[in-house]
Amino acid sequence: MKFGIVTFPGSNCDHDTFHAIHDVLQEEAVYLWHKDHDLAGSDVVILPGGFSYGDYLRPGAIARFSPIMTEVIAHARRGGPVLCICNGFQIACEAGLLPGALLRNESLRFVSEPVRLRVENADTMFTNRYEAGQLLTMPIAHGDGRYTADDDTLDKLEGEGQIVLRYMLSAGDADEYWSPNGAMRAIAGIVSASGNVMGLMPHPERAADPLLGSSDGIGVFESMLARVAA
Amino acid sequence: MSRFKVALHIVPRRGLLDPQGKAVADALHTLGFKAVEDVHVGRHIVVEISARSALDAEKDARAMCERLLANPVTEDFEIAAVTGGTS
Repeated sequence: MKFGIVTFPGSNCDHDTFHAIHDVLQEEAVYLWHKDHDLAGSDVVILPGGFSYGDYLRPGAIARFSPIMTEVIAHARRGGPVLCICNGFQIACEAGLLPGALLRNESLRFVSEPVRLRVENADTMFTNRYEAGQLLTMPIAHGDGRYTADDDTLDKLEGEGQIVLRYMLSAGDADEYWSPNGAMRAIAGIVSASGNVMGLMPHPERAADPLLGSSDGIGVFESMLARVAA
Repeated sequence: MSRFKVALHIVPRRGLLDPQGKAVADALHTLGFKAVEDVHVGRHIVVEISARSALDAEKDARAMCERLLANPVTEDFEIAAVTGGTS
């Protein structure tokens, strides 16, 4: 299976994502330059983390008009899987591939720390290797991660099982939701109505190799492999 | 064709949490500006456009806001001023 990782000017998680796929998962990975006009036969497209275009105007607002995005949007419309991590999530919202927007953290601070997440829906292309309710630890590193949408959109996301990951309080055994960035309804990750586009603020590629402290994130990549290869 | 300057205000939609606006309002209160009720922090953008008329320049700027300059999910925009018009 071939994973295409899009590099925008300012992307900085493209190499970590490549490592997770090529070295840990041992699948084929290629870099796609933002000015390319084709996906080089990729089965899965990944929009990685970073600061595309220096976050000018709004995070993701300019990257969303990069030439390759025309192909990424067409791939998504055909039902092709697209995984959008951190800045990728911001780009996907700007592009209309996912509903809502990611605004400046409520604290106005950049937050870089491991967070506890709960798998809210394990029946997706991106989470089928997890159990519903499973707790995961992955790092977040962002200044603009406050997921925001209107109430109708949030109710629809909730009703349709499109909220895939939520932030959990990590202290003690407290089983409570919280938002490290002020995200509405503690939303850390969602899928599109069609189920083939996922956006998440945590970094599964930085938690994909036991050598780096956690391998909780590799399941996201294994899930796609299981579903797409099937 | 003449050259116009279009000034745009882009502000967070009312009702959405605006932590920057709140931080600035708190600072103003600390400085003694007790009458401050609320603050909204947005962006001011000036676009210089060649257009046939001020009306055309404004129409172009509006289209730019809708496509790129403002996020329709979270922000509102207004055309603050159209100036210039000398070729």
